[in-house]
Amino acid sequence: MTSHVRDLSWQVVVGGMLRRGIVLIVLVGLMTYFASQSDRFFQSRNLVNILEQNAALMIVTVGMTLTMLIAGIDLSVGSVAALAGAISAGLIVNNGFSFEVSVVVTLALGFAIGLLNGGLIIWGKLPPFIATLAMLGIGRGLTLLYTEGRPISLNGVDQYTFYGRGDVTLPVFGQTPVSVLVALAVVMIVSVILSATRFGLHIYAIGGSEETARLAGVPVTRVKMIVYGSSGMLAALGGMLLTARLFSAQPQAAVGMELDAIAAAVLGGVSLFGGVGNVIGAVTGGLLIGVLSNGMNLLRLASFLQQMIQGTVLVVAVAIDMIIKRIEGV
Amino acid sequence: MNQDDKQTLLRLQNIHKSFPGVHALNDVTMSVLPGEIHGLLGENGAGKSTLMKILNGVYRADSGNIVWQGNAIEIHSPQDAQRNGISMIHQELALVGYLDAGKNIFLGREPGGIIPGTINWGRMYADAGRIVDELGLAIDVRRPVRFFSLAQQQMIEVAKALSLEARLIIMDEPTSSLTDREVETLFSQMRALRDRGVSIIFISHRLEEIFAICDRVTVLRDGAWVATSPIADLTTDTLIKYMVGREVDQIFEPRTGSISGQVILEVKDLNRGDRVKNITFQLRQGEILGIAGLVGAGRTETLETIFGAHPASSGIIRVNGEQVRIRRPDQAIKQGIGFVTEDRKGQGLFPAMTVAINIAITRLAELVRAVLVNRGAVNTLAEDFIARLDIRTPSAQQKVQNLSGGNQQKVIISRWMTLNPRVLMLDEPTRGIDVGAKHEIYRLMRQLASEGVGIIMVSSELPEILGVSDRVLVMHEGRIAGEFNPQHATQDDLMTAATGMVQEGFRL
Repeated sequence: MTSHVRDLSWQVVVGGMLRRGIVLIVLVGLMTYFASQSDRFFQSRNLVNILEQNAALMIVTVGMTLTMLIAGIDLSVGSVAALAGAISAGLIVNNGFSFEVSVVVTLALGFAIGLLNGGLIIWGKLPPFIATLAMLGIGRGLTLLYTEGRPISLNGVDQYTFYGRGDVTLPVFGQTPVSVLVALAVVMIVSVILSATRFGLHIYAIGGSEETARLAGVPVTRVKMIVYGSSGMLAALGGMLLTARLFSAQPQAAVGMELDAIAAAVLGGVSLFGGVGNVIGAVTGGLLIGVLSNGMNLLRLASFLQQMIQGTVLVVAVAIDMIIKRIEGV
Repeated sequence: MNQDDKQTLLRLQNIHKSFPGVHALNDVTMSVLPGEIHGLLGENGAGKSTLMKILNGVYRADSGNIVWQGNAIEIHSPQDAQRNGISMIHQELALVGYLDAGKNIFLGREPGGIIPGTINWGRMYADAGRIVDELGLAIDVRRPVRFFSLAQQQMIEVAKALSLEARLIIMDEPTSSLTDREVETLFSQMRALRDRGVSIIFISHRLEEIFAICDRVTVLRDGAWVATSPIADLTTDTLIKYMVGREVDQIFEPRTGSISGQVILEVKDLNRGDRVKNITFQLRQGEILGIAGLVGAGRTETLETIFGAHPASSGIIRVNGEQVRIRRPDQAIKQGIGFVTEDRKGQGLFPAMTVAINIAITRLAELVRAVLVNRGAVNTLAEDFIARLDIRTPSAQQKVQNLSGGNQQKVIISRWMTLNPRVLMLDEPTRGIDVGAKHEIYRLMRQLASEGVGIIMVSSELPEILGVSDRVLVMHEGRIAGEFNPQHATQDDLMTAATGMVQEGFRL
């Protein structure tokens, strides 16, 4: 009897530990290496910088992770981020809306675009890849149309730019960038939702087997719509942070961000086939990408080299993941 | 309402259901008593699953009544059925492999925590543990279900049904991928459930299981009710007659006498990892060699290694006396070795392509005119086999996924026959195939053997192994644990060897 019952053997235990820890190990390794190569790397200003530069990516990665967990994907996040940045800035600068109203309207717009993605996928029966690829094009086009191809400057709109460059003083951490706090809040909230709520469990169940979830009475359609809506809304939030950081809404902002977010999630152990992974891992993957790019800049590597190295790191990380899977024998 | 209705748990009355072009159910009536295990039999296409899907709320009947505990009810969805106390366990297990047993049991009905939207994990796992204990399952409910054996996963499905306080559980071929021992465990748990007053509708193609576990059976044929009877009043022959509508003298083909052909395949000290260990045997022309063993004994892996799907780490393979090097499937095919895999849909068929292409695909290189595929030649080749093997399909252009399991299997065997193989290996060739079609597959295997092909058949069904093979090897933990003459050996002999109870079991 025992011969064909798969026991929780050492392979599974070791594999599980490696899976959870592998990004962290690589991250620490990279940081050690960069620290040995550049004195400036470990300066606290530089480390804070890395977090600040990647706050928007982390938020977008959280949304991407949600869609990947239900065995979907959202390629429109970069375009939605750019559109959100442009519209939030335009509402204030051109239409005289208050900052608060502008933020709420923009988040609602992001959510609505996400719902549209979800609708195309659920009722239009389009594969998530195609539906959101279409939205990637449409969103970028709308951004160019709205901005007429020119940046919208936020000079003087301090309330907005505070979220890009501003600091608050915290008891233990001292000067902390607001954007980093926003990102951390998002990560923590979504993390708790995924691990402690019914909605979170339903996301994993749908990603594991949508048909099973449906038969078990999980409100599959509702969960999927909320997931795509959330991804759109988080993309909009990320886009506004990016805009605040640049002091202006750029029509070509966040081009290719969807690929960074997917890479981050995959590095962090989120399966492209759904049902496996978590937000903390995905965000650590995002940090790894950030650290790598920061370190390579400090080392003054040419940009073509940087891109090649980034690609290589992704391949290596996924290869390690495959090896772990083989060790586990699952 | 009469007295009879009060005692009956469920009564399906005069159920009709049509799909475009098919009268799937024609005036079917059956009833289930409280605390009985009721077998539902019929060939594929007889209407069993349509009837069960109506009971489970997946389909609506065109006309007819569902009377549940004396009241006529309507069932609009599986959730509706569950609320009434009817749960269905599907053949393809409906569990999320990455989630643990507790989450799977309570998925969709998680006990709420203090904060709205959260889950009371403590209560969930405690309840799951209690249900699992009641079933006598010694499992950790916090362990992902993909780490459990198929039998344990079946029981987790049962636990899920019990957590819904099901009074009737429909089990659709729960034993099709279980070993005999696991089946025994499942059966003892089913009997315990029955003794607690739970009723079970049990669907299986294995008649010996029907006789072992059922109290009564209902037989359907071509969408119509044929018979309902206590199992004690039936014999295997009458059951088969009910199912196929004609007398079947013998399910198995008679053997053709002693096998004296020359040795066509010789395997010596074949090894691969820890699943294939020192496998040595010979296969003669015209011989059907059965390989028995428990799931995980290395039978499939042995065939895969001979076929080159996974290369051997050491060992010698001789075809027709000549040593050959097989590291990839195409090299095996060149030597005239064919392999009908266990997983028809995943490894055997191109489900969305036509019957013609599925038969002719290995010969496409020859069936071209200039650079284009010669459709005419493909169809001619396919139609020849459709006629010879009596493959039931509207046309050669039908998508193969629309055929029944038995006919799909014939398509795969046809494909190998187009190559005139010297050796044909079949892995569980009749799994999920109904009795009538099984008989045809056996006849086909015997016919190929009489034409001089050497045949290796892996099967978990011991009656099939004993009834079809000329010679039987039993594997245990990667090794050959015994060789038997099926005309003298018993199922017990094979099981003893398969479980490793004896070092070497030989009864020739």
